Amino acid sequence: MIEAKNISKWFDGVQVLHDITASFETGKTNLIIGQSGSGKTVFMKCLIGLMHPEEGEILYDGRLFSEMNAEQRKALRTEIGMLFQGSALFDNLTVLGNVMFPLKMFSPLSPAEQLERAHFCIKRVGLENADEKYPSEISGGMQKRVAIARAIALNPRYLFCDEPNSGLDPKTSILIDELLSDITHEYGITTIINTHDMNSVLGIGEKIVFINKGRCDWTGNDKNIFRSKSQSLNDFVFASKLFQEVKMFLERKSEEEGLS
Amino acid sequence: MSNSEKRMSPIVNMSCKFNQFFLYLCIGFVKNHQNRTSMIVSSIKSFGRYCIFMAQVFRVPDKWSELGRNIIKEISKLGVDSIPLTMIISVFIGAVICIQMQLNIMSPLIPSYSVGLATREILLLEFSSSILSLILAGKVGSNIASEIGTMRVTEQIDAMDIMGVNSANYIVLPKIVGFVLFVPVLVILSMFMGLIGGWGIAFFTGIISVEDYIFGIQTMFVEWYVWYGIIKTFFFAFIITSVAAFFGYYVRGGALEVGKASTNAVVVSSIMILFMDVILTKLLLQ
Repeated sequence: MIEAKNISKWFDGVQVLHDITASFETGKTNLIIGQSGSGKTVFMKCLIGLMHPEEGEILYDGRLFSEMNAEQRKALRTEIGMLFQGSALFDNLTVLGNVMFPLKMFSPLSPAEQLERAHFCIKRVGLENADEKYPSEISGGMQKRVAIARAIALNPRYLFCDEPNSGLDPKTSILIDELLSDITHEYGITTIINTHDMNSVLGIGEKIVFINKGRCDWTGNDKNIFRSKSQSLNDFVFASKLFQEVKMFLERKSEEEGLS
Repeated sequence: MSNSEKRMSPIVNMSCKFNQFFLYLCIGFVKNHQNRTSMIVSSIKSFGRYCIFMAQVFRVPDKWSELGRNIIKEISKLGVDSIPLTMIISVFIGAVICIQMQLNIMSPLIPSYSVGLATREILLLEFSSSILSLILAGKVGSNIASEIGTMRVTEQIDAMDIMGVNSANYIVLPKIVGFVLFVPVLVILSMFMGLIGGWGIAFFTGIISVEDYIFGIQTMFVEWYVWYGIIKTFFFAFIITSVAAFFGYYVRGGALEVGKASTNAVVVSSIMILFMDVILTKLLLQ
């Protein structure tokens, strides 16, 4: 479990995160949602340690991040997998080279075992025939899958995903979501996904944290997100026409249930 | 002119204008002074960041075998790939120096082998070390800055940091070590090709005899000048790679900023090379 307690962050005197407290559960897909510019990427970067919050604490399974020394932080980093918005694959390495990278750097396995593990991860994300291809030679969806394979290569305890569906078509988005959800349940990882895609919210949102203007406005899950009383959340969720119609349908349904 | 100004005597009016002018001068001076001060402060800050960056680069590598492999890759990419450019430039500059020398020191009082001698001295002392380094700052420096800058803006460096890899050490150290190790090869090659260029002029144009040229390049040869050129380029190679890596590593933004960083890297490393050239020449030759 990852816990964030009273996180506040300023940039040049402007407060972008206001006293955020949230917890992210193990073995579940935890979503951070919110509009663009709401501060969810900054919040995620604070959770990973790429940015340092001016106030607040972050705990990884009870281990306080700010109190860790350099060695402990380095050890923690090997327990973290990260999927970046733009995949962040190394251009000069092939698909296999990218997945092998963390194994080569940190794994105690022999080279043959490392290769076996890399092949397993590539197979797990369904890219068996792309081993020798370079990132520039594969599609955006495939790049995301390679990035997932690289992120899970070291059997991480924590998986962070920054907008995994950005730039992907709806069908590929669903595939990526399902893959992330399956991996989370299969390996019991604490997965935190930063997204503003409502399909992801409804598909894999086992725990949802809604950030609005740098504040945590609501926490819940995909089951109760439509019944929220938070105005800012409703504005976000029902922004599209499709979801406005869903809302009307739900209201009609609840009225009918009330009458009967 | 306002009514109050019309009523003033010309002397008072002039004095007012002078006061106004003086005030503008003072404001200008203060503003320039502030600009100058902020420029000095930002330069000191940048130098401090550069030192911290170097401390990060020169840490114990996460994996020695990876470092070794990467050094070989960088030697190939930065060093071996620079051989054609070095050869072409050196041959032509050697040829041009030979022609210039022949035109400028043609006198019955000066022995004809002086052309070869002067060509050799210019190549050994300045061209094959300093000028070649300035040229390589353009090629290698911009390559490094744009490569690392692109890695930064596409979050590849962040990805390494999150994995727990010391990204500065992993990316930059092989470049510095690889280029510093290979640069003597480029210097010696440049000296040789420059002399070949001069020989080519003597052979094909006949402005001086080949025998005189060959005698000239052997006369009063000081071996130390070759070492002097090589020693200088160790420093220059370090400046080229480290400065370019520094500018690339701290890029923020997108493609435009990567381009700017690449330009800044070349400009700053060129100035640093010239500055270091003065210091090293004073230290090594006097």
